[in-house]
Amino acid sequence: MISASRSSHVGAALSAVDILVALYFSELKVNPKSPHDPERDRFILSKGHGCSALYASLALRGFFNESVLDTYCADDGVLPGHVTLRCVPGIEASTGSLGHGLPIGVGMALAARLDSRAYRTFVVMGDGECDEGSVWEAAMFAGQKGLDNLIAIIDYNKIQAFGRTSDVLDLEPFAKKWESFGWAAIEVDGHSISALCKALGSVPFEKGKPSVVIAHTIKGKGVSFMENRLEWHYKSPKPEEEERALEELK
Amino acid sequence: MRNAFITTLAELAKKDTRIVLITADMGFSVFERFMDQFPERTFNTGVAEQNSVGIAAGLALSGKIVFVYTIATFATMRPLEQIRTDACYQNLPVKIVGAGGGLTYGPQGSTHHATDDIAFMRAMPNMTVLCPGDPFESELCVRAAYRLAGPCYLRLGRGGGDPQVHKSAPKFQVGKGITVREGKDATLISTGNMLVTAVAVAEALARHKIGCGVVSMPTVKPLDAELVRKLAAKPVFTIEEHSIIGGLGSAVAEVLAEGDEKAKFRRFGLPDAFCTHIGSQEHMRKFYGLDAASVASEIRRMLARER
Repeated sequence: MISASRSSHVGAALSAVDILVALYFSELKVNPKSPHDPERDRFILSKGHGCSALYASLALRGFFNESVLDTYCADDGVLPGHVTLRCVPGIEASTGSLGHGLPIGVGMALAARLDSRAYRTFVVMGDGECDEGSVWEAAMFAGQKGLDNLIAIIDYNKIQAFGRTSDVLDLEPFAKKWESFGWAAIEVDGHSISALCKALGSVPFEKGKPSVVIAHTIKGKGVSFMENRLEWHYKSPKPEEEERALEELK
Repeated sequence: MRNAFITTLAELAKKDTRIVLITADMGFSVFERFMDQFPERTFNTGVAEQNSVGIAAGLALSGKIVFVYTIATFATMRPLEQIRTDACYQNLPVKIVGAGGGLTYGPQGSTHHATDDIAFMRAMPNMTVLCPGDPFESELCVRAAYRLAGPCYLRLGRGGGDPQVHKSAPKFQVGKGITVREGKDATLISTGNMLVTAVAVAEALARHKIGCGVVSMPTVKPLDAELVRKLAAKPVFTIEEHSIIGGLGSAVAEVLAEGDEKAKFRRFGLPDAFCTHIGSQEHMRKFYGLDAASVASEIRRMLARER
């Protein structure tokens, strides 16, 4: 998808894709045959630039035909380079500007409470995204309201757009920050499907508190020449690079 | 207008359980009448406007009709991107309600002067911009905002004490101007809380045997272009408590510039500058030439030049 459209953000997608697999193929209560079921779990990819991983997950889960993936970022295509509501079934919110997904997720979690529905709302965020003040506005509010039907998952690959998070704007002590905002936090290996499923299967971690999974990840995971390399936030793989990458990912 | 807003909203909320009110910590001593009736459907996000609009979008994506309230400057500017991307791009029933439009906050200074909010809101696709001219129009605009399927900006004036201009509820439709009085020589189109001034201008001109019609234009977007083109047979003036850039005057100018009629035209509004002059709303209006006497005399000057 990314190579064909010569688009960017392959590193960000590879870093989050295991989280999406754990969600869409194990933990999320969703049914591709009824994508608007009011009881479905809600999912928001707040790091909207990682959307290729979401589109692929939705297609493989059966929300739409896999051939649609070929239109990613293509002229007259269906799938834009940031997550867009209503572009295909299964998308719950438009994202792309960072710091928007968690407040929207809070709204969905509040609606579940108002309507006495049992669905959960999951929001995957980037680490660099957590520089945004709106993330902490929403975190404080969710903690105050004790929204234990809300789950944030941070794709903590420790690289943001201009360098390492520890150099740009250090998030540590990260779990403690969330805990001090009233959340229950768990740290996991974000590339271990079993560890992710174990954590996500036990939400809420504490009754009466929103849950956050800090998933330690590697940007560009699975492709040796992309792993932990900032430039793969921007670069598009050339045909020979695509071939090598796909070989390594098999 | 704020009183008309909350009273009307409470009435609607009684019948429709989808209605939710979010305030970013504003409305003390006024909103209690709503909160006490619908505690589970009122949320105070604290002083966090971005979060308030994001939450509203999440609720709206879950089938709610959400009104987000705070002071007009903070309601529009702080969460500008959330309004654009979360509410407008996703075309959701999120209604941004700004209190204290224009110079309502008088001596409190430019942080509290909503003088560019119409311009920001008007630029956004899917957005409807409603600026009621008196409490009658406020009530009608709240009902219209509720019925609109998409996002909306509702710009209110003062808390209470806005003068009634209409004698009874006028005929109102989103996107349509309301003719308040006819005039054979010219028309003054007003939006928002300048309506009472517009009527006073027409009365002053009548004393000089000039027939100036008054049109209230509570919907700045979508603008009643048809009416504007019709009025363009005679001189057209606009008045608003807003910058002359991007508000009603600009919207009307766009229609006139692209139309066939070349009407004499002038915008009455605030200059492209921060209002650093200190004073009450009335005082500031005088200072910026937005009081009835100044506007009437400028219109007389322009009409005399035409003859």
